[in-house]
Amino acid sequence: MEAANVPATRTGSAPVEKPERKRMSDRARSERRLAWLLCAPAVITMLIVTGYPIAYAFWLSLQKYDLRFPDEKEFVGLSNYKDVLTSSTWWQDVWNTTIITIGSVTLELVLGMALALVMHRAIFGRGPVRASILIPYGIVTVVAAFGFRYAFDPASGFIQGLPLIPDDWAPLTDRGGSLLVIIITEVWKTTPFMALLLLAGLALVPDELHEAAKVDGANAVQRFFRITLPLMKPAILVALLFRTLDAFRIFDTVFIQTTGANGTESVSILGYNVLINRVNLGLGSAVSVLIFIFVILIAFFFVKVLGTSTAQQRGEV
Amino acid sequence: MTRTPREIAAWSIGLLVVLLYAMIPVMWILSLSLKPATELGDKRFIPKDFSLDNYDTIFSTSEFKHALVNSIGIAGIATLISIVLAAMAAYALSRLDFAGKTVILSGALAVAMFPPISIVGSLFNIWRDVGLYDTWPGLIIPYMTFTLPLAIYTLSAFFREIPWELEQAAQVDGATPWQAFRKVIVPLAAPGVFTAAILVFIFAWNDFIFANTLTSTDNARTVPATLAFFTGGSQFEQPIGAISAASIVVTIPIIIMVLFFQRRIVAGLTAGAVKG
Repeated sequence: MEAANVPATRTGSAPVEKPERKRMSDRARSERRLAWLLCAPAVITMLIVTGYPIAYAFWLSLQKYDLRFPDEKEFVGLSNYKDVLTSSTWWQDVWNTTIITIGSVTLELVLGMALALVMHRAIFGRGPVRASILIPYGIVTVVAAFGFRYAFDPASGFIQGLPLIPDDWAPLTDRGGSLLVIIITEVWKTTPFMALLLLAGLALVPDELHEAAKVDGANAVQRFFRITLPLMKPAILVALLFRTLDAFRIFDTVFIQTTGANGTESVSILGYNVLINRVNLGLGSAVSVLIFIFVILIAFFFVKVLGTSTAQQRGEV
Repeated sequence: MTRTPREIAAWSIGLLVVLLYAMIPVMWILSLSLKPATELGDKRFIPKDFSLDNYDTIFSTSEFKHALVNSIGIAGIATLISIVLAAMAAYALSRLDFAGKTVILSGALAVAMFPPISIVGSLFNIWRDVGLYDTWPGLIIPYMTFTLPLAIYTLSAFFREIPWELEQAAQVDGATPWQAFRKVIVPLAAPGVFTAAILVFIFAWNDFIFANTLTSTDNARTVPATLAFFTGGSQFEQPIGAISAASIVVTIPIIIMVLFFQRRIVAGLTAGAVKG
């Protein structure tokens, strides 16, 4: 009944509105109501499963709350944040995470672009290539992390059995080597996804432009940097945004390969250690909320500063 | 268009490199899983002797079998729930006209980018209070944080491609709305729904952080978390062979799905991005 009342007040402000218009707007109104009704379960579920826990995490982060001493629980304001932000561990972990993120996303962009170009120019065997690059994507991250760990471990690894590589090379015992293995694992696992996003962007570059440039005497390298890259910029930025946010929350690979040892602890591993191992929910929640804020800042940087638009992903273009 | 031999050679090399890139790590784990215990340290890529002992080991204990059942059940139920909820939303988003479409899609995208570590502490504390810690629903609920946005995205992209006019056409031809829906729309939508379900299932199957933090026993512990805490004969011995065998067992279904449905999976993964 509400639907009938609202248009009446509307026609009051616009008295010349034709009856036909009004019928249309009634229809639009019922369509809108149906739309919201259909979206409601999904929207409400998403709000409950993310909104509520993050709000609760924020509330916990303002408490002194250690499960080993639950009686000492009290409101301490922002002091947990002060503890985290003044600790060298936090900043060291932010730095480690940044190295892993930049290292893997950069390599993925280069390799993913190469892979996308190979697939774009496919002469035959498009199917096998597509199927095989989906394999790393589909494999459980923990499994991939174990595979690479055993491959680089001198006790079992075939890498040490290869020529030119010393038999006792143990990359997972020092920082540089550990970071290298973690980045290799991440790159192997997620380059396919990057390649597929780039391939979709590559399909939008018109062939005529390449033909025209060819006639004007541009070589393949010039055509790539002057035509393909600029036209693919939106697709590249979206791929970078998705992968950067994903890489910044890295947890599985680090947990399996080093558990954060050798100076490879990521911010998510730090959060895990404080929350689950030390059961210090107050301090750990402060770490959680800070990671959340970092992720928002990264997204903000991509969208506002670099002008990344996800409109294509929303199907609006 | 004819190709020069040089182009064909270059492409063949590209093809080979891509195949090796994808397959070497998988082959390596397979090789480890087939090595007898005494040869695990031989640094060979191809095992000298083959043995199925590692597979016998993992299937002789209840730990791995429980984990497998938990993984299939939890990922399966999470997929089912999120596909049903997302299909309703995606129908509205792709077919009905209403303000708030952009808000919902952007919101879903934001939720998809959400760092799981930010909520595990809260969930850990709440779940212990309400009795959801170490239970199936205790994992299915947080899985909605990533399965729902993914399902909404892929399904809206697929639904946009459906020629909905056919529904009216069928009704004009005398079909009831229900017949038009069941005989025309369902067959058109089914492949998209199925693909979205595969993608969502792969994501849920892959989860480690929630399974690691919100479970403690084989009551709800899924395969990835079980692998991380697998112990061999002694506490300090890494059961490389058993972990590798278990890894292969959970990888094979994914590889089969990927091989059968690769074309549609690619379409789902790049959903929306292809639109010009």
